[in-house]
Amino acid sequence: MKYADEFRDKTIAQGLARAIAAEAESQREYRFMEFCGGHTHAISRYGLEDILPANVRMIHGPGCPVCVLPASRIDMAIRLAERPEVTLCIYGDVMRVPGSQGKSLLSAKAYGADIRMVYSTLDAIRIAEQAPNREVVFFAIGFETTAPPTAVMIRLAEKKWLKNVSVFCNHLLTPAAMHSILEGQDIHNGGRIEIDGFLGPAHVSTIIGTKPYEVLAEKFGKPIVIGGFEPLDMMQAILMLVRQANESRYEVENQYSRGVTREGNRRAQEEVSDIFELRDRFEWRGLGLVPHSGLKLKQAYAQFDAEMRFAMHEVRVADNPACECGAILRGVKRPVDCKLFGTVCTPEIPIGSCMVSSEGACAAHWTYGRFRDDQLRRA
Amino acid sequence: MRATAYQRKIDIKNGRVDLSHGAGGRAMAQLISGLFHEAFGNEWLARVNDQAAFHVGAGRMVMTTDGYVVSPLFFPGGNIGSLAVHGTINDVAMGGARPLYLSATFIIEEGFRFSDLKTIADSMGEAARTAGVYIITGDTKVVERGKADGLFISMTGVGVLADGLDLSAEKARVGDRVLVSGSLGDHGAAIMSRRQNLAYETEIVSDSAALHDLVALMVAVGGSSIRVMRDPTRGGLAAMLNEIAHQSGLGFRLQEEAIPVKPAVAAACELFGLDPLHVANEGKLVAIVAPDMANAVLAAMRAHPLGRDAADIGEAVTDNHQFVQLSTSFGGVRIVDWLWGEQLPRIC
Repeated sequence: MKYADEFRDKTIAQGLARAIAAEAESQREYRFMEFCGGHTHAISRYGLEDILPANVRMIHGPGCPVCVLPASRIDMAIRLAERPEVTLCIYGDVMRVPGSQGKSLLSAKAYGADIRMVYSTLDAIRIAEQAPNREVVFFAIGFETTAPPTAVMIRLAEKKWLKNVSVFCNHLLTPAAMHSILEGQDIHNGGRIEIDGFLGPAHVSTIIGTKPYEVLAEKFGKPIVIGGFEPLDMMQAILMLVRQANESRYEVENQYSRGVTREGNRRAQEEVSDIFELRDRFEWRGLGLVPHSGLKLKQAYAQFDAEMRFAMHEVRVADNPACECGAILRGVKRPVDCKLFGTVCTPEIPIGSCMVSSEGACAAHWTYGRFRDDQLRRA
Repeated sequence: MRATAYQRKIDIKNGRVDLSHGAGGRAMAQLISGLFHEAFGNEWLARVNDQAAFHVGAGRMVMTTDGYVVSPLFFPGGNIGSLAVHGTINDVAMGGARPLYLSATFIIEEGFRFSDLKTIADSMGEAARTAGVYIITGDTKVVERGKADGLFISMTGVGVLADGLDLSAEKARVGDRVLVSGSLGDHGAAIMSRRQNLAYETEIVSDSAALHDLVALMVAVGGSSIRVMRDPTRGGLAAMLNEIAHQSGLGFRLQEEAIPVKPAVAAACELFGLDPLHVANEGKLVAIVAPDMANAVLAAMRAHPLGRDAADIGEAVTDNHQFVQLSTSFGGVRIVDWLWGEQLPRIC
């Protein structure tokens, strides 16, 4: 497969692995957090941990929008979908996320809620056009990467005079979450871990550019390397992180230069800032309430805001006390450290959100890496 | 001269199925004789009884049943009718048996076009004739509009299995080789390419095919050294090998580089975030074969057009966890797990 296999080449990988092993100082531990679920998934899928030296450890961060969505937001979506006039359009991953009562959108659908899986915001527009008597709500979720398509959808709905379209907005911002992790604000679950640097987001950075990370690198003195999602991208980015750590540098470097610039995609940024504004705070599973980390629709677009239109209100709920998703999302614990992992919590019947999306740390480890568990538990 | 029972022929070109075609009256009889009998044409159906009697040769009988709800009904490389015939034949054949007879039940939604029904019935007739099996009994039901998505088909198949042959998962042993008859994921990728909200342009066609001739060749060469055979349909190779791992108490170790996947299928999977090892096949089989006979069976497979791209992709290993593991082309190791959740509903 052209343009993909080149970034998965075993020989080059072995060369990079040798370089990392040679440059990583043997008496030192390197702990790098890959922020994105896409990275987490790729690490497990390609078996990256098998070719990295033992003293270079990857910590799985909270960059999976499905995983960090708190149960209260799922509860809100379920209540919304249960309204007889509503058709809820969602990205498939969200279907199985458990809400507070063990109920998910998938089970709500089985009980009769009109919930449609879509692959694009434009599908929601099409559904709204075909069913003018239905209230079509798009469950918007994702980081900076998926916010522009939601903005485009709202523009299109406005242009087409569609009165039956709205958005339940759950868009999140990456730098705010990185800030929260580095600051070590522990709302619950306790504990923090030292991180020697970040493998920064790939697709998010195509939109926002590398500039927003500069203040983080400077303030906390941590290297950040923006890396692509292909395994060779990640290996190269890890090598760049090792070098920065060795030289006590803390810069924002861009490994993913074929997709990311310092300024990012201005057009997409403008679309987003035209339609959305910052929320004062937003709850992240595992991180708690993070200031200025979420988007909501501007007042001028209130008619498209499902939270206003349906007077939705959020009731915060506590997660299962035994679930370690919070600590895992902050990199304080590993999936195998959770008592629920693989016992009562599996991808078929997830308790915590990290087990739901294929990009979640627990699901990725369970799906691809659990043959290492006996060894990991001993470590 | 016999009196004609019907006043007017079915308007295949413009007509549609209505509730009377399932009501047991003349309209139903006309649909059955005018469309299905014509398409399936054989001596058993011609007798128009509620059942068909047939002789079975020496050996044990094999029976299987399957429902077909694929969406869309027509896809590159086939339709729900040919898929039903192939799928049912394959379920019989995977036991090492020779398929003989099929039954078909049609659950049709009111308003379904006769022209589509005829195309589907004709391709069933053709698939059965090509395979040398007969559709000898059937049933037709019509449900109101909105109660079925066009057409569902339910099929039962019977066949005979030679005495002495007993393929089963628990017979797998450490060191057995895993053979696959060709490239994986073609059917699922072809269906995806025609889904309304996913549609993409591609040359991928479904691999839907009857595998009993290939199986007969393999059994002739390998006999009981073939421990078990399965066709990796829903859940793909991954689900199938995990099933066998659990049933046999063994693990499997596969080599990613050895697993045949067409570039177009790999690209489609990449685009939609799917793993080709989870994607459905309708004309492929996987055989677990004793190591000393694996090369001979593989050569026999490659000599048949449906096994031309057959490959040896790995082996059975001791593993208390019964994991299916994959050495990735990248140089790492990972688990190949069951598919969880629903990747693509109504694939077959």
